[in-house]
Amino acid sequence: MDMGEIIGTTAEDVVARRRWMGVLARASGAEIAARLREAAPLPPHTRLRGPEIGLVMARGRQGGDGAPFNLGEITVTRCTVGLGSAAVGHAYVAGRDARKAELAAVLDAALQDRALRPGLLDAVIEPLATAQAERAARTARKAAATRVDFSTLAVMR
Amino acid sequence: MRAAALSPGLADPVADAQGCFRAVLDAMSRPGSVRRVPADVRPPAPLVPAAAAVLLTLADAATPVWTDAGPDAAAWLAFHAGCPLATSPEDAAFVLACGSPPSLGVLVQGTDEEPHRSATLIAQVAALEAGSGGWRLRGPGIEAEHRLRVSGLPSDFTARWGANRAAFPRGVDLVLCAGREVAALPRTTAIEEG
Repeated sequence: MDMGEIIGTTAEDVVARRRWMGVLARASGAEIAARLREAAPLPPHTRLRGPEIGLVMARGRQGGDGAPFNLGEITVTRCTVGLGSAAVGHAYVAGRDARKAELAAVLDAALQDRALRPGLLDAVIEPLATAQAERAARTARKAAATRVDFSTLAVMR
Repeated sequence: MRAAALSPGLADPVADAQGCFRAVLDAMSRPGSVRRVPADVRPPAPLVPAAAAVLLTLADAATPVWTDAGPDAAAWLAFHAGCPLATSPEDAAFVLACGSPPSLGVLVQGTDEEPHRSATLIAQVAALEAGSGGWRLRGPGIEAEHRLRVSGLPSDFTARWGANRAAFPRGVDLVLCAGREVAALPRTTAIEEG
């Protein structure tokens, strides 16, 4: 299979890559595999590292803007694959799903290829992003239905 | 920018690294004996499998590595070992020399209180042959003497090694790699030209 130009490190490339990795990280391994079955077949890949499981320290901020603190360690699976001769895809995903980490790494490598990218964005990333947005909206609606308005307490101060 | 072509590291990281560690330990405790690294690894040129396997076994995020092997090999090591790359041999915990090794005196020597904080030189040589001919080795770990023939080191290397020995307990240790074979000389070993 012909490999196209590999994307670089311009600001747009970084933003685009961040977006597809974020979508892949939030999707489940089964969801990614199901979308991939409907996309054009990918060129064969070689495993460069992993998939392997390890721990990373998750950090948090109290209230979202306090001083950072160590929240605790979470399990992370990482994988790096080579696709064709030039593209290298990396994936770090939360959890112990080795298949998901490998699929995300393969997609990361393939999406860096300008020739493969449009087809994969349409077949895999956009449907996953739409499903995730719907899920988030549904959760938000459920939460909104049980919302308590504290405006009366504000008056008492 | 095109990503440098990466090749896989150790096929089974835990078992292979343990096997390589045993090979280096045996080689270091019996100076002059030649061991085979059990790992199947195909590093980018000019790295040989033995040198690559030794570094993947010993180097990690706490040990800066300096190498003259070029950007592809350095990137491969940094990716698979997770080691920082030193900009000069004086700052490195492991020095991998594919060409002529740097002067032993400029490498980290350790201190009299903490001689283990010294650098280890990993030198790629053309061939290693134990048993007959070449250097006569004496010192701890050797009952009478070991013979080791090393091809591909500079001709003044034994003189440089003598100076390294004189600073004991400070000094650097040496690991010699050729193909898949590894031999080691701790700083206590004396070399006599055969």
